[in-house]
Amino acid sequence: MNDIILETRGLTKHYGGVHALEDANFTLRRGEHVAIMGDNGAGKSTFVRQITGVEQPTRGEIHFDGNKVEFKGPIEAREAGIEAVFQTLALADHLDVPDNLFLGREKTKWNWLGPFRRLDYAAMHADTLAALEKTGVKIPSIRNTIQFMSGGQRQCVAIARTATFHSKLTIMDEPTAALGVQETAQVENIVRALKEQGEPLILISHNMRQVMDLCDRIVVFRRGRICANLRAADVSGEEVVAYITGAKTQAEYMVEDAL
Amino acid sequence: MADAIMGIGGLKYDHKKRHRPPELNVFLALILIIGVFEILGQTLPYMNGQSFLFDTQGRFDSIFNEARLKIVILQVAIIGIIALGVTQVILTGGIDLSSGSIVGATAMIAMSFAQVGEVNGSPNTRAVFFEQGWVDLPVMIPVMVGLACGLFAGLINGLLVAYTRIPPFIATLGMMVTARGVAKWWTKGQPVSFPTESFATIGAGMTPVYIFVALAVLFYLIMRHTVYGKHTYAIGSNMDAARMSGINVQRHLTMVYTIAGGLAAIAAIVLSSKNLTAQAGMGVMYELDAIAMAVIGGISLQGGRGSIIGTALGALIFGVIISGFTYLRLDAYYQEMAKGAIIVGAVVLDQWRQRRAAHRL
Repeated sequence: MNDIILETRGLTKHYGGVHALEDANFTLRRGEHVAIMGDNGAGKSTFVRQITGVEQPTRGEIHFDGNKVEFKGPIEAREAGIEAVFQTLALADHLDVPDNLFLGREKTKWNWLGPFRRLDYAAMHADTLAALEKTGVKIPSIRNTIQFMSGGQRQCVAIARTATFHSKLTIMDEPTAALGVQETAQVENIVRALKEQGEPLILISHNMRQVMDLCDRIVVFRRGRICANLRAADVSGEEVVAYITGAKTQAEYMVEDAL
Repeated sequence: MADAIMGIGGLKYDHKKRHRPPELNVFLALILIIGVFEILGQTLPYMNGQSFLFDTQGRFDSIFNEARLKIVILQVAIIGIIALGVTQVILTGGIDLSSGSIVGATAMIAMSFAQVGEVNGSPNTRAVFFEQGWVDLPVMIPVMVGLACGLFAGLINGLLVAYTRIPPFIATLGMMVTARGVAKWWTKGQPVSFPTESFATIGAGMTPVYIFVALAVLFYLIMRHTVYGKHTYAIGSNMDAARMSGINVQRHLTMVYTIAGGLAAIAAIVLSSKNLTAQAGMGVMYELDAIAMAVIGGISLQGGRGSIIGTALGALIFGVIISGFTYLRLDAYYQEMAKGAIIVGAVVLDQWRQRRAAHRL
């Protein structure tokens, strides 16, 4: 079994004349939690959009779970096992927690009825409870609709999706940007739970403390290029900031060095 | 605490804080409106103490005035069938203005396949397909033709809304005008009459009510317990989320509008059978009555919120208001004025309640 879950080679994305992402060579090992940091417009989100299939790269290769992949859309990426929690949460407000977790991939009975096949509420509820327990999500009642939940609870529901479907890679884009202190702590606990279970994760965050706490490795983007690959335990916050601002540069991106 | 159970992750969860289902409010409104009519009937001097709801003359076995209850539900059953389809469209965040016209066109076309060959012993030469000999056909043929017409019109609505991305308001407005044109063109404005006996039984007596109730139960189950229903709510709640979750939004919207067209066709068949005739002007304003029933029943025009039970209750409120005004011997003018006010009032109340619920957090 290959040790590497995700690898990109020379991943490049141009929007017209704008070189948003240039030659990104990125590697993620199984069970590893990697943070992606960088200034606004450094290419972090562009990078994530390529590997989640939201956009198609101009150049370069993506290898996921041992196979070369070319996702035509986010659904294909999800089917392959890449689950992204986006800043704008893809939740349906008027549905309850199990409905949202299973949206688009409901458990059903009587499948011969085609679009009118029956929803298997009991199974979905049981799986939802298991997933919430696994991730340590706290929600008063899964039967309540999402619309009256706090930002943190919604974020938790979105994250719990990844646990429900045993995805192979979780990507979180600024999961705590809009949350309060307590809610942030809750989301961070979920990330730790994923780490304990050996689920690989890519975390995009501006929060230095959070990154240092939660991740094994920090990859810094600057002006569309990966400019540093650092082991979280070996660097200080100041050093990372120096890489982000360009005050300091690393000669070569080497996974082996950082591990 | 006895009524607070421990929720997931050890959070305290109070059942009292669960939001009251909006259908309950609609039901309470129904009771309230019946109560108002009852009290008005008892207190207004010219009513001589007549009761709205109860049997005061011993005409029926039960304590209720069964004749009135039957009328209440019979007069909303047919528009109620349309409202079941309109409800689904509104739940996706759309609107269907064409259902009344689809009723007109479908009634004309279906009826012309249901005519008898002989009237009072002489050949019915005015039958639309008399020359072709398509008279005295089995009842399945007009029913199937009618259904096909409605489904086809709904399919066009759906394709327009889903694939051209023009607003549902415009797409169905176009169908509203076009289908009415078809209804008039079909016989150059002549009414189509003299249906076969078997066709006439479809809308006879209380049958429309049974059809409405059966369809309401069927669609309640579909909306609540099938993938189709869940995706309908999801699309109305957050279309982008639905798309990102892998739901084929365009195909689903097409299906929803097609089903709405099919339900309008069923209403048309029942209506023309009940009236024993079809006219080009049939179903005018039905689309608005159907939308009103849904809105009174708590279906949010923004989509995603409401249920078939709500619409059924909304239809009953509609029936009670019409019957109530007749019972109080008020002119139809007041009826329409009140109807308009109630529709607006229902939406205002519902939005106010939604805002209050959001503030309670």
